[in-house]
Amino acid sequence: MSRTAARLLGYGVLVGVALAAPAVLPDYRTQMSFLWLMIVFALTWDLLGGQMGYNSFGNVFFFGIGMYACAVIQRDAGLGYYTGLFVGAGAGGLLSLALAGVLGSGLLGLRGHYFAIATLGLGIAAGEFASGWDYIGAGSGMVTPLYPGEAGTREGFFYFLMFGLTVATFLVLRWLYSGRFGLAINAIRDDEDKAEAMGMHTTVYKTAAWCTSAFFLGISGAFAGNIIGFIDPRDVAFAGPTFGVWMVLMAILGGKGTLWGPVIGATVFHITQELFWTYLLGWQRVALGLLIVLIVVFFPVGILGYVRERWPELFGHRVDESTPQRGGSTSSAPAKEDA
Amino acid sequence: MDNLSILFDAPVLSVQLLLDGLLIGAIFALAAYGMALVWGVMNVINIAQGEFVMLGGYVAFFTYQAGVHPLLAVPAAAVLLYILGWLLYRTIIFRVVDRDLFISILATFGLSILLQQLANELFGADVRTVSGELGTTFLFDGMVTVAHIKLLTFALALILGGLLLMFLRRSRMGQAIRATAQNARAARIMGVDTDRVYAVTFGLNAAICGAAGALVAMTWFIHPYLGLPYTIRSFMIVIVAGLGNVIAVLGAGMGLGVAENFAGFVFGAEYQAAFVFALLVVILVWRRFSLARHRKYLK
Amino acid sequence: MSVILEVRKVNKAFGGLVANADVSLDVEEGRIVGLIGPNGSGKTTLFNSIVGYHPVDSGSVRFRGQEISDMRVPQVARLGMLRTFQQTRIYGGMTCVQNMQISTRQANVKPWQVMFNKIPRQDTERAEALLEFVGLHAKRFLRAGDLSFGQQKLLEFAMALMSEPKMLLLDEPTAGINPTLINGLMDRLQRVNRELGVTLLVIEHNMRVIMNLAEYIYCLAHGELLAQGRPEEIRNDQRVIDAYLGEH
Repeated sequence: MSRTAARLLGYGVLVGVALAAPAVLPDYRTQMSFLWLMIVFALTWDLLGGQMGYNSFGNVFFFGIGMYACAVIQRDAGLGYYTGLFVGAGAGGLLSLALAGVLGSGLLGLRGHYFAIATLGLGIAAGEFASGWDYIGAGSGMVTPLYPGEAGTREGFFYFLMFGLTVATFLVLRWLYSGRFGLAINAIRDDEDKAEAMGMHTTVYKTAAWCTSAFFLGISGAFAGNIIGFIDPRDVAFAGPTFGVWMVLMAILGGKGTLWGPVIGATVFHITQELFWTYLLGWQRVALGLLIVLIVVFFPVGILGYVRERWPELFGHRVDESTPQRGGSTSSAPAKEDA
Repeated sequence: MDNLSILFDAPVLSVQLLLDGLLIGAIFALAAYGMALVWGVMNVINIAQGEFVMLGGYVAFFTYQAGVHPLLAVPAAAVLLYILGWLLYRTIIFRVVDRDLFISILATFGLSILLQQLANELFGADVRTVSGELGTTFLFDGMVTVAHIKLLTFALALILGGLLLMFLRRSRMGQAIRATAQNARAARIMGVDTDRVYAVTFGLNAAICGAAGALVAMTWFIHPYLGLPYTIRSFMIVIVAGLGNVIAVLGAGMGLGVAENFAGFVFGAEYQAAFVFALLVVILVWRRFSLARHRKYLK
Repeated sequence: MSVILEVRKVNKAFGGLVANADVSLDVEEGRIVGLIGPNGSGKTTLFNSIVGYHPVDSGSVRFRGQEISDMRVPQVARLGMLRTFQQTRIYGGMTCVQNMQISTRQANVKPWQVMFNKIPRQDTERAEALLEFVGLHAKRFLRAGDLSFGQQKLLEFAMALMSEPKMLLLDEPTAGINPTLINGLMDRLQRVNRELGVTLLVIEHNMRVIMNLAEYIYCLAHGELLAQGRPEEIRNDQRVIDAYLGEH
């Protein structure tokens, strides 16, 4: 079987399993919806952190923005449930995108640790600010509207919504990574000064990356707000110590800078986290902090990173003695497509 | 913004805010100095800085519960946190010292989450305080209150800072620390055990923060989530004041204390925390643009 | 032949330390010009000033008739003048081919165009051809960070060529290269100059290399221009000899 066929088959199996899952395991539909959410978290973080080298500790900011924007529209715009939900989600995504563009002009000029801490401050500030703003419920938060469908259909509806979002995010990122955009942000990560010295418009690429990340995060926030049903400014929307930290952890765990790494990391994390919660209760957050330290110190390359170091040929890194053919190339852009 | 007009109508209130800000600012400066020390010597940005402060506060609280005089809690917290810091270096931090700065940020970030949640689980989320009632002085016909305990902690903070400075200037270990900060490799060649220097530095930093935390517990209150704002404050102060200048650190610390107090009054107490974090973002962005004007690179 | 790079009375000081004092030089289009001088004479600082890494305190730098002393590095690069680094900088996490593909000349990109993604086939072909030119074709799928130092230097050189520059500022191109490979590098530099018409300004410490390569040489010492002339003149110039030997 050719490689393309094998790959298509693999994708097909995954999609098939994903589509069948809610029917097979109806009690876990909400949990599985959260799995898709985690994957979106990891993917959007990795676009910025793993692929571009701008480690944001406050990406949860856009998640919260999207969540609140959607809830406000659902509350005030007087639209029907579904229309309100989709318009709200779109607004959340676009508002997040716009804010990323505006903030980016200031924050993306910061390098390394300054950017990390600045975004940390941003995420927390938003949570504090939202706790005081009465228009969006201040400390009491907001409530999203009730799902109008029959009992038992809500979970399935949101499952497919989140799955759809995850697929869309994945495909967009896959497309971006397969071409010049992916190379540009990797160059920025590897040596931003060099990229500038070669004439690259680093600012444009950095902003586009952050806006893309923000867009999908915003939409995910809108959906998540409706799944959870209740928006608390510090614990749900701008949940730094939970969602915000998980974003970073999952991407690193799976292997940052790869396409599938965040997906794997999110899956592994989500499953273990459910176990943690069941057995450790409040101590799971302590364990989480410990896990971050252990992974960062002992296993910073992550799962796929480890695979790449061990078996580089799987990622296309090989010595190729073939001579270059005139009028044809033996290189295809996608050593990246595989991962 | 009614509060803003109140300030103009009754300038006496400004005096109160100013005073309180200056007094707590010394404590901010203390924690910031520790962060600058670790940053300058080991090139590690310690996100768990605020958690050391928080833990120091809890040491003070528990020793006070055990019947110890609050003032003794300060050295107690310093010693216990020194040990903690030293242990943390020997187990975790030494592994991230030579790697890139982001790894150290992420590792200390994980540490901060770990300590914060540990405190939350073990001690509960309630706010605690150590009663250090020492009386009050009233100025301006009773419009301005100066709690004596605040004056005391201010003085203690300055004393501690001074002690640290003397240690760094005069003692052999202090010299070794400063030598390592300037050029670690050269120091090693000259026979300095840089690993030990790092351990002592990290321990010292924890001790400073612990002492600061004890002061905070005596004068205000503590809770498990106290940490992050202190980390952010320390970072801001270090950014503004630079790594080497003690007076600047003190000045920046006090300036921050004052700014926070005024912001809390004008915008409302619930926005005070938001103000701190937002200020961080503003400072970093402003700094970036001002450096860009001189076309220096932000390293 | 026209002057492609014109440096006039450039001054640059860092605090109290004067790195460049009233330095002037001309580079004619299509030539190979050398820049030599003992360590600390200000050669790399001059490079940095020319490409816009930092502003000059005073003086003018004109490239192809255009004043560039107030331009930043990316702008200058887009005009067609690139520099290589003494410590060799490449994108370590990407493969050699990818390093090449991302090094094409960046036209003025509008924000929406950033997303236009496809890497043209001829870019990839040219990348492979250039990699072959520097002898790295077999290693094109390896991560650049895994290459040896000498190979990385060659990759950096190839990346610069990928951008189709008018002029290259090379900072010690043979430093750290195995002596047996230096002739190969010199040969490639000359071919690039002859066949592609790229003007070269080269900082070098290896006298044999620069005397054979350059058509004209400038010598700096203590931040000032000490001597200039053809290689034979410079080789016999007592002031140059003293500058190199007189330090000890």
